[in-house]
Amino acid sequence: MNSANYLYLSALLFTIGAVGVVIRRNAIVVFMCIELMLNAANLSFVTFSRMNGNLEGQVVAFFTMVVAACEVVVGLAIIVTIYRSRRSASVDDANLLKR
Amino acid sequence: MVFNSPTLSYSLLAPILIILGGALIGVLIEAFVGKARRPIVQLSVALASLVLALIQVIRIRELSSTTAAMGSVVIDGPGLLFQGAILIIAIISIFLIADQDNFTSSAAALPGSDEERQATQSGTVLTEIYPLTLFAVAGMLLFPVSSDLITLFVALEVLSLPLYLMAGLSRHRRLASQEAALKYFLLGAFSSAFFLFGAAYLYGYAGTVSFAGIHAAVVGGTGNDVILLLGIAFVSIGLLFKVGAVPFHAWSPDVYQGAPTPITGFMAAATKVAAFGAMLRIFYTVLAEAQWQWRPFFMVIAIITMIFGSLVAISQRDVKRMLAYSSIAHAGFLLTGVIALNKAGFEASIYYLFAYGVATVGAFGIVTLVRDSSGEVSDLNRWAGLGKRSPWVASAFAFFLLAFAGIPLTSGFIGKFAIFSAAYESGATAVVIVGVLSSAIAAFFYIRVIVLMFFTDATEDGTSVVIPSILTRLTIFISLAVTVALGVFPAPLLDFIKPLAIFIR
Repeated sequence: MNSANYLYLSALLFTIGAVGVVIRRNAIVVFMCIELMLNAANLSFVTFSRMNGNLEGQVVAFFTMVVAACEVVVGLAIIVTIYRSRRSASVDDANLLKR
Repeated sequence: MVFNSPTLSYSLLAPILIILGGALIGVLIEAFVGKARRPIVQLSVALASLVLALIQVIRIRELSSTTAAMGSVVIDGPGLLFQGAILIIAIISIFLIADQDNFTSSAAALPGSDEERQATQSGTVLTEIYPLTLFAVAGMLLFPVSSDLITLFVALEVLSLPLYLMAGLSRHRRLASQEAALKYFLLGAFSSAFFLFGAAYLYGYAGTVSFAGIHAAVVGGTGNDVILLLGIAFVSIGLLFKVGAVPFHAWSPDVYQGAPTPITGFMAAATKVAAFGAMLRIFYTVLAEAQWQWRPFFMVIAIITMIFGSLVAISQRDVKRMLAYSSIAHAGFLLTGVIALNKAGFEASIYYLFAYGVATVGAFGIVTLVRDSSGEVSDLNRWAGLGKRSPWVASAFAFFLLAFAGIPLTSGFIGKFAIFSAAYESGATAVVIVGVLSSAIAAFFYIRVIVLMFFTDATEDGTSVVIPSILTRLTIFISLAVTVALGVFPAPLLDFIKPLAIFIR
C-alpha cells in the first residue's frame, strides 16, 4: 500500500484534533483532542520513518509517548483542581481574566 | 551487532545536569526535611545549583564550539551566552520567588476552604516552587542548545510543564490563577502539537532529525518543497506561540495577569530568552538557506506583532496586562532581529534579550510591592500618586518603563538601536519603519504610567507600598543596577558578545 495514504490519514487526524480543540467546550475533551493531534504527529513520524528507510522517526514516536504521558499528569492535575473549585470543567466558564 | 556506548561529554552538559540534580534534591527535601526548615534549605539548594551551573558555563567557555551527547546538544558561543543569560535571570528571580507572600500555602486545598485558611495560619509555605523552577530552568538551558528535533521537543516540554503548574499557585485571586494555569496549559499543549507535527514534516523532508542533516538537505534542495514548507510553518507556529507573537499571543495577557507575579516575571524573561535562542539557532543555521520560504512570513508576523502589542497596551487598565502587551510588542522587536539574518542582528538580539529579561524581572518585582489589604493591586488607576507616597519604588518602576520604551541611557535604547540598524542593513526597511513607529506608540503608554504615578493626585483607597523584604530588594536592586550599567556602558557586554556570537552548524 502507498505510504502517502498514511500521511493523509495523519493530516486528517491532526485536523480533527485541531478543530476539536477550537470548538469543544469541556476541558477534558479539549485535552483529548490535543492528544489526538500528538498521535497524528506520531503517525507522521512513523510513516516518514518507513519512507526514509531509517529508524529515527520511530524513536521520536517513543519520546512523544513519554512526553504525552507527562503532559497528561500535569494537565489532569490542573483540570481536576479547576473542577473541584468551580464544579465545572467548561473552558467557557473560566472567564475571570479580562479587563 | 556491535553496540558502542555513547560518549556524553559530561563536563559540557554539566550546567543542565547540575540544575536537574538540584531539582531532584529539592524533591527529596520536600520529603525528608521538617516544615520549619524547608524554605531556607530549598532556597539555598536552588541558589547553589544556579550559581554552580553559571560557574560551569563560564568554565566551559574555552571548550565551546563542539557538540555533546553524540551531536544532540551543541555547545557553542551563542549557546553558552543564552545559558548564561537564562541562569542570571533565574538567579535574580529566585530571590523574588523566595518571597513567599505571593504563593498559596496549600495548592491542593479548595480556594476559600477551612483547610486553606488553616494552612495559611499555621505558616505553611509552598516550597515545591523551587524544584519546579529548577526543572523549568533545566528545560530552558537545553532548549537553545538542542541540535536535533527530539532534544528540542523534549526541552520544550521540560521547560513548559513546570511553568503550567507554577502559573496556578497564586495566593490571592486563586480562581483567576487556576484559570491562568488552565489556559496556559491547553494553549501550550496545543502549540506543542503543532510544533511536533512540523517536526515530523522536517524529518520527512530531510530523512534525519539532526539539525546538521536538515541543513544539508535544505542546501541540497532535492527534497519535496511542500513538505519543507509545511514543516517550517508548523514548527514556527510552535515557537512563535512560546514567545507570544501575534496571532499566537492569546494566552499571554491572561497568564501574565493570573499567574503569581514573581512567576510572571521569571516566565516572561527566561522563556523569551530560551525560545528566541532556539528560534535564532533554527533560522540562522538550519533554515538560513530556505529564507525565501520563511522570511516574508516572519516579516508580516513581526509587523502585526509590534503594531498590535503597542496599540492594545494603550487601552489596558491593569498593570500586569499592560506589561503583557508590552512584552508582545517586544517579541515583535526581537523578531526583527531574527529577520535581519546577519551577524549584527544576531548580536543585537542576544543583547536585547538579556537587557529586556533583566528589566522585566525588576518591573514585576515592583508590581509585587504595591498592595492593599486583600493582596496585590494591579489596577492602574489605584497606582495614581504612587510617586508621592513612595518615591523610591515609583522611580525604580519609572526607570524600568523607560528602559522598555528605549529611552537613551537605559539598556533598552542600545538594544533597540542595534536591532533596528541590523534589520535595516539587511534590507527589511518596512519592518524597521513599523518598528520605530510602534516604539513611539509604546513610549506613549509607558510615559502615561509615569505621569499617573508622579503627577496625579492619589485617591485614598488603602493602596500602599509594602516595605520590601531583603530578598525582593535584592532582585530589584540587581535588575536596576544591570539596567543602568548596560545603558551607560554597553560596550563591555557588546564586546563580550561579539567574538562568541558565531553558531557552529
